[in-house]
Amino acid sequence: MLQTLAILLVFQSVGEVFSYALRLPVPGPVIGMILLFCWLAIDDRLLAIIQGTTAELLKHLSLLFVPAGVGIMVHGSRIGGEWMPIIVALVLSTWLAIATTALVTRALMRKPPASPASPASSPGPSADDAATDAGERQ
Amino acid sequence: MTPRLNEIWVYLAASPLLGLTATLLAYVFAFRIYERARFSPLANPVMISVALLVAVLTVTGTPYQTYFDGAQFVHFLLGPATVALAVPLYQQLPKLRAHVLPLLGGLLAGSLVAVVSAVGIAWLLGASPEVVRSLAPKSVTIPIAMGVAEKIGGLPSLTAVLVMGTGIIGAISATKILNLLGMRDYSVRGFATGLAAHGIGTARAFQVNQEAGAFAALGMGLNGVLTAVLVPLLATWMPR
Repeated sequence: MLQTLAILLVFQSVGEVFSYALRLPVPGPVIGMILLFCWLAIDDRLLAIIQGTTAELLKHLSLLFVPAGVGIMVHGSRIGGEWMPIIVALVLSTWLAIATTALVTRALMRKPPASPASPASSPGPSADDAATDAGERQ
Repeated sequence: MTPRLNEIWVYLAASPLLGLTATLLAYVFAFRIYERARFSPLANPVMISVALLVAVLTVTGTPYQTYFDGAQFVHFLLGPATVALAVPLYQQLPKLRAHVLPLLGGLLAGSLVAVVSAVGIAWLLGASPEVVRSLAPKSVTIPIAMGVAEKIGGLPSLTAVLVMGTGIIGAISATKILNLLGMRDYSVRGFATGLAAHGIGTARAFQVNQEAGAFAALGMGLNGVLTAVLVPLLATWMPR
């Protein structure tokens, strides 16, 4: 566990150095994540060492957002009289972003049909099935 | 002679112990509710913990700074946890390789929609230019979003609140939207959730499925980078 924590902190520190020295808008931990990913892609002996503890750390990722979230009590007043446009924009925009990303990614993943029959001619089977197994999914 | 209760309180409230303990207790309690609700997205543990803590701090008159002196130990772990996201991501490398172009296409479309729709809707509903600009980077992780807001003339502290709100809204509603759209592939589901709702969406995705979590981390990371580049370019068309 300690070994893993040390490895993660080293990657984070190197990320911070890159972010600061090159004046990147991307924060150190995100650069650290990219660097660790590249490291693993080149040589994955590290994986066996860090796998267990990283999984444990990520299991409760939600917890780590709580202290920043409580900050709402300080800055929440800034929302003031403009809460209506803010809430409508946040909700609709988040929904639209999720839907757009999913639809575009799925459409691009679908391989062109092998048979000459166009995919539009088959009635969409997804709607009914989606309802049946909806509960098991995210 | 036992010290009086309020003396004990004054002593404890000044030490970081209380903020840390309160954070963990609130989260353990919130997670119990989440489990009881069979991991229903509506019982989001971040939302419940935050609501509990805000209520306790308000009732006891404890300033946020005093609380954060203790809670910062938890907050600090966000850094190494972000780095740790590389591991599940690496484990999805074969699938990632197979779908590089669809993922980049989804990224570009989703990132643009996240920014343009937030700005457009707020502007149409009469929000002030400052608020509109603070909304632009709302889908990305807090440090990136705050930096971008500052650069384009928004209010970084307001952006921090909007980012938290976006994460919670995304974590609560992603399941419903993705089911309505008939999305079956966990990689697509996770990718969309992480892209639109950053770390809080990613945390939710991990609670549902490991593959969804890995692709959520990817969506979060990529959108962070793209938004940092894109929003300052788009800012010339935003109201001032």
